Amino acid sequence: MTKETRIDRRFAALKTEGRKALVCFVTAGDPDADTFAKLLAELPKAGADIIEVGMPFSDPMADGPAIQAASLRALKSGQTMVKTLAMVANFRKTDPDTPIVLMGYYNPVYVYPVDKFLDEAAAAGVDGLIIVDVPPEADEELCLPAMERGLNFIRLTTPTTDAKRLPTVLTNTSGFVYYVSITGITGAAAPVVNDVHSQVARIKGATELPVVVGFGVRTGEQAAALAKGADGVVVGSALVSAIKDSLGPNGDATAKTVPAVVDLVKSLSQALKPV
Amino acid sequence: MAGKDKKSSDAKLNSYRTGPDEQGHFGLFGGRFVAETLMPLILDLEKAYNDAKADPAFHAELTDLLTHYGGRPSPLYYAERLTEHFREVAAAQGGKGGAKIYFKRDELNHTGSHKINNTLGQILLARRMGKTRIIAETGAGQHGVAVATVCARFGLPCEIFMGATDVKRQSPNVARMYMLGAKVNAVTSGAGTLKDAMNEALRDWVTNVHDTYYIIGTAAGPHPYPELVRDFQSVIGKETREQILEREGRLPDTLVACIGGGSNAIGLFHPFLDDEGVAIYGVEAGGHGLDVENGHAASMSGGKPGVLHGNRTYLLQDADGQILEGHSISAGLDYPGVGPEHSWLKATGRVNYVPITDKEALDAFQLCARQEGIIPALEPSHALGYVTKLAPTLPRDNLLVMNMCGRGDKDVFAVAGYLGMTI
Repeated sequence: MTKETRIDRRFAALKTEGRKALVCFVTAGDPDADTFAKLLAELPKAGADIIEVGMPFSDPMADGPAIQAASLRALKSGQTMVKTLAMVANFRKTDPDTPIVLMGYYNPVYVYPVDKFLDEAAAAGVDGLIIVDVPPEADEELCLPAMERGLNFIRLTTPTTDAKRLPTVLTNTSGFVYYVSITGITGAAAPVVNDVHSQVARIKGATELPVVVGFGVRTGEQAAALAKGADGVVVGSALVSAIKDSLGPNGDATAKTVPAVVDLVKSLSQALKPV
Repeated sequence: MAGKDKKSSDAKLNSYRTGPDEQGHFGLFGGRFVAETLMPLILDLEKAYNDAKADPAFHAELTDLLTHYGGRPSPLYYAERLTEHFREVAAAQGGKGGAKIYFKRDELNHTGSHKINNTLGQILLARRMGKTRIIAETGAGQHGVAVATVCARFGLPCEIFMGATDVKRQSPNVARMYMLGAKVNAVTSGAGTLKDAMNEALRDWVTNVHDTYYIIGTAAGPHPYPELVRDFQSVIGKETREQILEREGRLPDTLVACIGGGSNAIGLFHPFLDDEGVAIYGVEAGGHGLDVENGHAASMSGGKPGVLHGNRTYLLQDADGQILEGHSISAGLDYPGVGPEHSWLKATGRVNYVPITDKEALDAFQLCARQEGIIPALEPSHALGYVTKLAPTLPRDNLLVMNMCGRGDKDVFAVAGYLGMTI
């Protein structure tokens, strides 16, 4: 077991308050470094309980068009792993509490390489990792070294993770469990609420960890419905779509960019408040 | 990790043919790097393949199809005029050499390339698994055509993902896929080539995992694909072995094959890996030259290890781990990765991997057409490009087998364009 992290503390606090976690995904450096830094600083105030920061990758195989485009915008604006880690370190200077989870694909981490990445991520104030294409079968090369540095390794469980496989997936998972509500890519079809409820109940029966639901969550109403029985929801594609819709004709950030995302996060947060 | 590496380096002393291990590793390379949604299916596929391997009925059905539908065995052809040509080249340089050139004629298979060997095997696996819908990626369209063909033959619906750039430069194959009843999805993300097609196929698969089987076209991707594609393609090397023994009474001295993902090459090489006297060359797409940044598709000669599309292997990538698009005149070689077993064979030094440029391949394409009356695909034209350099330096009794893995019908318009011909 890793020692208590910001993620553990945040979920404990949410439980005391009787609230569900709003987990917000944004891609590092999208649409550009300065706008992203401003956005990151605003997200906790708008109601983001946990922030997932996407590490842009040229080939985001598990992502739909919205997050693919966000990744490309970030890369085009010159985003690199060094810059992503520096952005987290800067955020930490003014926000000691909001958990940050880096999410992405293995290759940029692998070539960094792994040990250097983990050391620098821990030093920057990163709390957890979600690496989409490293399954539990490969735990010794990334998950276990991350745990040794006190980072939570957060695993995705999916509708295809059956009872036989679930224990394998949960073994070295910490922080929280991310339930992927659909078989598909991010931002695709809307999940069927009742199916999600039964699957989340199944996972909660197998772990003490908080379970959050993601993929395809777009509106406050939907977020509230999906959060029932779970400990929170993740919103990603809807936020990066809001960024895209706010851009100027050349694809540059405008005065509307940060407020567009902040307003959406506020409304989602409001919808998740206990009634 | 250290323990694992040691084990594989010990193993190589005895045999190069024992991989992968149970987790799909060829030394450092290979593995199963996929999203969780796909893991249960990948594990099911592994089980289904192991069952099929042990089932004589599976082999019997596959052999029957390869023979009567695919047209196997393909001939081993003595390329007499090219042999003479290289001997003249050697003589002009003051040498006495010039290897004896054989072509393994896999371009004569049904659908025009080696790809049918693999698609017949995988469609039988898909049926065993009860899957009712087939998807595939394609670069040059040879694999797409071979998939569309077996789907028509077995009455399964089929969707092919093909980069929009490749749809343009390989239009004859696009037409063939449509005629065979396949749906062709032109992929516009990235540079619109093979890597992007593979991303999109994976996105489809993760969405339709319950009923869909993904026929990967090369010996790459998550375990067990590199192993099963290699096994299905090894018919090339097994036949070559029998045929050369019959013709020459001994094994070849030299093997040459082109490498994109590397399925035709591993198919030829694998049965010979433990024959020490056989020198083996894999020919990568050197594009505009290895010194041109992002101007080639030679992932082993000009890339470094990374993780993409389910496996760890050599990749074309920048310092930040972003995958480069690469470039090759040949759509079938225009891929920034390579099968993991090739990466391992490079690391062990068993196989030599060398680049051939667009121009060298075009020259070889024309040489082959004029000297042998065989219009090769641009992919094996790269292999021949290297034979052109190598053969004159080898002694006359050196038996060289090159895999003519595809025919050039699909390329004639593109090549005519490059040569400035008006048709």
